[in-house]
Amino acid sequence: MRDSASRLAYRGRTASIGFAQGPFVRVDAGANGERVAGTLVDEALALRSAIDTASRQIAELAAIAGGEAAQILEFQVALLEDEDLVSAILAAIGEGEPADAAWRAVLDEQIADYNSAPDEYLKARSSDLADLRDRVLNILRGGGGHALRIPSGAVVCADDLPPSRFLEIDWSDGGGLALLRGSPTSHVAMLARARGIPMVVQLGAVPAGSTALLDGEGATLELDPSIEQIGLFEKRREIHRKSRASARAILRRPAASWRGDRIKLLINIQRVEDLDYPDAQYADGVGLMRTEFLLSERGLPDEETQFQVYDQVLRWAERRPVTIRTFDAGGDKPVPGFTPDGEANPFLGVRGLRLCLARPEIFAVQLRALARAAVRGNLKVMFPMVTSAHEVEAARKLFADIVQDLQGKGTAAMLPDLGIMVEVPAAALSIASFKSAFFSIGSNDLAQYVLACDRSNGALAPLVDPLHPAVLELITRTAEHGRRAGIPVSLCGDMASDPRCIPALLDCGLRELSVNVSALAQIKQTIDRLGSGGGT
Amino acid sequence: MLETSNVNGQIFTGNVQLVHAVGMHARPAVKLTKLAKKFEAQISVRVAGAAEWINAKSVAKIMAMRAAHGSIIEIKALGSDAEAAVAALIDLIATDFPDGTA
Repeated sequence: MRDSASRLAYRGRTASIGFAQGPFVRVDAGANGERVAGTLVDEALALRSAIDTASRQIAELAAIAGGEAAQILEFQVALLEDEDLVSAILAAIGEGEPADAAWRAVLDEQIADYNSAPDEYLKARSSDLADLRDRVLNILRGGGGHALRIPSGAVVCADDLPPSRFLEIDWSDGGGLALLRGSPTSHVAMLARARGIPMVVQLGAVPAGSTALLDGEGATLELDPSIEQIGLFEKRREIHRKSRASARAILRRPAASWRGDRIKLLINIQRVEDLDYPDAQYADGVGLMRTEFLLSERGLPDEETQFQVYDQVLRWAERRPVTIRTFDAGGDKPVPGFTPDGEANPFLGVRGLRLCLARPEIFAVQLRALARAAVRGNLKVMFPMVTSAHEVEAARKLFADIVQDLQGKGTAAMLPDLGIMVEVPAAALSIASFKSAFFSIGSNDLAQYVLACDRSNGALAPLVDPLHPAVLELITRTAEHGRRAGIPVSLCGDMASDPRCIPALLDCGLRELSVNVSALAQIKQTIDRLGSGGGT
Repeated sequence: MLETSNVNGQIFTGNVQLVHAVGMHARPAVKLTKLAKKFEAQISVRVAGAAEWINAKSVAKIMAMRAAHGSIIEIKALGSDAEAAVAALIDLIATDFPDGTA
């Protein structure tokens, strides 16, 4: 029994934590058979009607989704209204092709064209096109114009899942998502985390099943489980639930402390909406506000738009500190029209502060907005990807000139505290050479550069160990320099949000950590336990 | 390649620099085509110097044009409201595709 039970557990990677138990539902594109062609007129009418149905469905989704998702969907509707595109398909139908084959051929051609583009942005749009292709195909092949009929609380399994499909599924009664491929950094994974839906990716091949257990923490999927498996699963779920509940209770208590030192816990935010997460109010401030979201396809936002965003966060924080990081584009975060194309090794290329200094016309707009925001609250500004002290001085001069210019025109502005990210090994090793009001260790990039491992390369995962002695050595040196020179040092990488890394980070001498909002309770609880004698 | 066989009247042309930071991507392309469709005129665009003129009412083709930040966009229109169409498109691109347009 044990043997057959263990054969039915599949392991993947965690994309969103949580537990789901329910019917197992496979959702695959092209599940319906191919269409049998009718007359030319039938096929042309079928295409028109499928396009109308798809447009209606997408418009409904866009109304629910809002924001960035709505913009992606609006682009899909515009494609359906593109007479040039539709007439190419009608021409193929006129030559005797069934509507589904004609639609598919034209869309596949577009997708291939986008995929061959040197531009990362267009490549990313190809999945939107594939989403649109499959939606219309599904309608043409009798999938009906209806949303996927998925029983509530189901564990949904697919090869990969486009965001629009995720939004169509009714998650109000829970459920989970098991993807054979997919990635924890995909748009769907972000949506799943935001909704609290457990999600496991990269499961590989999974056979058919009728019921499933999905464990988003252990990253396992169990099909048609035995009573014994269900018992163990329920136990794990209960432990998870209790630990979440007690962690939430700890949040309301005063600040965490360890060996008599107060440990400041700040939060990392990607966008303003992250502050809506109820736990955020218990943070000691914002340790890292990323600003790359401002560089979406809307293009570079003007000074006023940026100022409003920064001001909103400062108002939320009241007197607590808010550290805003200037644009950190490049590397694995390409921004068309801003980051350079065709770099052989973008992680070692023109990224972070290097890029901002190379594009002062874009940088200056951000600095002006920040200089104006600085008078509104406890703002600190941090530069990413710094290698040498002269880069910081160049940025400081640019910033100071902007402040002077604004003040000269009678605009309220000031130079905020300026600090740097410590993520280039050279910066960590020459930390005393920097004139910086604070240091923030970017452990993800620091580990990648020290260990010479591309962190997006799955084959190297076992080597990418943030607890490698070399990484800890650089963290210790930075913390020690800060203590001696009286300069605050924090760490804002993923390590800070990982309870297993906390003892090592405290031992390195860090007293300030900036974590993901969703990890705040758990990290505070971890420190609390270490502090009350459970630790080193 | 300006057509001379214009039976419907005059061809109007213009050009404008694309100031949008990420170039002619989905959102600007959607706005541009939506605006173009409000006019009866045949409207074509191209990146200055490109061989082919592109139908300004086709979002797929506008995207495929891959106009980068800073490039000059040439516009030509033929038809009863051609002059207004060229002016409107120039205004849209020059003002960086503001919200609430098109």
